[in-house]
Amino acid sequence: MATTLDKVDVVTVGAGWTGGIVAAEAAKAGLKVVSLERGRERGTEDFLRVHDEYRYAIRYELMQDLSKETITFRNRRDQRALPMRTMGSFLLGEGLGGAGTHWNGQTWRFLPYDFEIKTMSDQKYGANKLGPEYQLQDWGITYDELEPYYDKFEKTAGLSGEDTNPFWGKRSNPFPTPPMKKTPILKKFEKATQDMGYTPFMIPSANLSEAYTNPDGQTINACMYCGFCERFGCEYGAKTSPEITVIPTARETGNFEVRFHSNVVEVLHEGGKATGVRYVNWMSGEEFIQPAESVVLTSYVMNNAKLLMVSNIGEMYDPETGRGTLGRNYCYQILPGATGFFDEQFNTFMGAGSLGMAIDDYNGDNFDHSDLDFLHGSLLTMTQTGVRPIATNPVPPDTPSWGSEFKKASIENYTRVLSVGSEGASLPHRDNYLTLDPTYKDAYGVPLLQLTYNFTDQDRALHKFITEKAVEIMEEMGAKQTVGSNPISDYDIVPYQTTHNTGGTIMGADPATSVVNNYLQHWEMENLFVVGAGNFAHNGGYNPTGTVGALAYRCAEGVIKYSKEGGSLV
Amino acid sequence: MADEKKDVSRRDFLKTAGVATGALVGGGVIGGLIGYNAKDGGTATDDEERSGGRADQSAGSPGGRMFFTNDHDFNVLSEATERIFPEDDLGPGAIGLGVPYFIDHQLAGAYGNNEKEYMQGPFYGGEATQGYQSRLRRKDIFLQGIHKMEQEAQSRFEKSFTELEGEQMDEIITAFQKDEVEMQGVAAGFFFRLLRSAVLEGAYSDPMYGGNVGMEGWKMKGFPGHQAAYIDKIESEEFEEIDPQSLGGHH
Repeated sequence: MATTLDKVDVVTVGAGWTGGIVAAEAAKAGLKVVSLERGRERGTEDFLRVHDEYRYAIRYELMQDLSKETITFRNRRDQRALPMRTMGSFLLGEGLGGAGTHWNGQTWRFLPYDFEIKTMSDQKYGANKLGPEYQLQDWGITYDELEPYYDKFEKTAGLSGEDTNPFWGKRSNPFPTPPMKKTPILKKFEKATQDMGYTPFMIPSANLSEAYTNPDGQTINACMYCGFCERFGCEYGAKTSPEITVIPTARETGNFEVRFHSNVVEVLHEGGKATGVRYVNWMSGEEFIQPAESVVLTSYVMNNAKLLMVSNIGEMYDPETGRGTLGRNYCYQILPGATGFFDEQFNTFMGAGSLGMAIDDYNGDNFDHSDLDFLHGSLLTMTQTGVRPIATNPVPPDTPSWGSEFKKASIENYTRVLSVGSEGASLPHRDNYLTLDPTYKDAYGVPLLQLTYNFTDQDRALHKFITEKAVEIMEEMGAKQTVGSNPISDYDIVPYQTTHNTGGTIMGADPATSVVNNYLQHWEMENLFVVGAGNFAHNGGYNPTGTVGALAYRCAEGVIKYSKEGGSLV
Repeated sequence: MADEKKDVSRRDFLKTAGVATGALVGGGVIGGLIGYNAKDGGTATDDEERSGGRADQSAGSPGGRMFFTNDHDFNVLSEATERIFPEDDLGPGAIGLGVPYFIDHQLAGAYGNNEKEYMQGPFYGGEATQGYQSRLRRKDIFLQGIHKMEQEAQSRFEKSFTELEGEQMDEIITAFQKDEVEMQGVAAGFFFRLLRSAVLEGAYSDPMYGGNVGMEGWKMKGFPGHQAAYIDKIESEEFEEIDPQSLGGHH
């Protein structure tokens, strides 16, 4: 039998960026908050010996233990979905800070176009340019409405950047800290893109250019460019993460508790209202019920959707009829690009997760799509994140993948290869969605989430277009040999691509096509909030965390407002 | 068995070298035994150089074995790793870098036992895009793969794998890469990819794991390993050659 605990004002499922932000704001407002975190406590003091590529980057030290829980996957509905048995295409987080501990820190605002993509695209290119199977929809919030929340997240994070990009939305305030250092590699990209008529600028970075104290009084230190960001925690406390910002802020109020090793398995509800959550402490094996006035789902995309599904909250999306909202509009990203081989050597092993420059000329609707067979686009970047020797073995095409020739070429090119990268937007398609798996279960006997996903014609066309642009830039940079990305066919869950999964619990203005309103409040359960990249109605051409942070601040405001007024917030 | 004679001669070597097995742990000798009877054919380094590789071993990375019980299995693995990452004028190959020991240690632990992987059934083959679907754990895949390599050597060349010319070994490794060898519960190509990845992991991981002996892998590649900061060098127009540092050398 589960032990029922004392009721709290707010319970969050997970203590990463979204859980931490909601907890900090609600606790500051005087609400009693408990965060249930399935992983363990961790912080800067755990990362002093983190420069270990094998342990952290290759064996996924900080990521989810898949032996307990994973997802199942198939490309198409006529296939049998099978478990993702090893980590690959994306890296799920676990533990205090969640994926916000091992992220790179590239922190963007989506474009004004993103939030009104359906209205704007239809206006400009006619209704349904891509066809009816692409389920484009507006987000139920505009850029201008979300701007104050972006501003708030950027101040919490101390973001380092420069407001020189002509394409992004208007900012109410400058970046809290100046941009990162411009290295020779970045200058090479800057010159090439300027010469081509583009407008390069420094990527907004949550690895800070200088020490900064945020409005909550938390200090983030200056980045040392050690080259160990993505997949690692920061030993300097210089990469803005939940455990050095919002979590201590929440703790300092005295209104907040994180309970570790606590895996939530169900959202409890009665009479159309959430009553709390049921969770298992996997250390003791005990089961608990945590009652709460408001329940906030703040885990990753996957588990937010799964918890609603296993708790029978909302109508499941049916790809056959297009009805139902839960699981709808799962999106990802595509990664066209170009690799350039040079004679000169670069200090590619130095860097920081968000050290880079970008151009936005081919992102969103910043260029005309009238004669193109796709919508949206991608940023194009040159990053210097620090390449490490196990994972980075670049060789020219037609080089064998092992043996003497491979050894020579991979060693030669380790410091002689640069890449133009991108993050191609991903638009929702009728056949790409989340549901529950009928066969496989997690360690608690709960069904695994099932992902049905494949690249679309839109993806293939955008991939080809952006690859061509990337190749042109790399050639302008003077590479002796430039190799564009191979065209994409079927999505493959094996090689790492990006941890930018979105959708499934999308936001919107209409309950018929969205799971939550623009306060991230569930349409059918007013004291239940669901926040994260799952709210994205499609995925844009940037990293998602800036938008996730903004939505979390919006959600926190909703939770506090609800605690005073009750009822639907829209 | 074709290699019985070889194994006997290895024991003889141990006897004449005057070392007890226990004394090998942490010493510089056992590395010299890997592929002791291997023919030339561009396979590998001579014995002296190999033991030199082990002698360089930093403290705390003993050259003992935690997983492989059978010398011949270990020697087949060693020769295969050396073909994948051979010694050349740039520096040591997999054997000189201690890669076989790295793999041995990894197979004995979380990696070999798939501790962080979802290993619940039912098991189905699935599409390539769905990834690893074997019921086998990595330790079982490696052992089976090594035995299959030996079988291939016997059936193709009527010799033990460790007695083959380099090109013959390559032919067999390529057959695995191309999925042309029948394995149970796993595809040969999958074993090949595991093996290739493990070789690179052993060559370039921190020496505390037993590979990358003397940080020679990093030195070849120009990777400085564990450095506290590059803030004073990140804007340098020059390529920076920095003496590498390991985590084990940093207290």
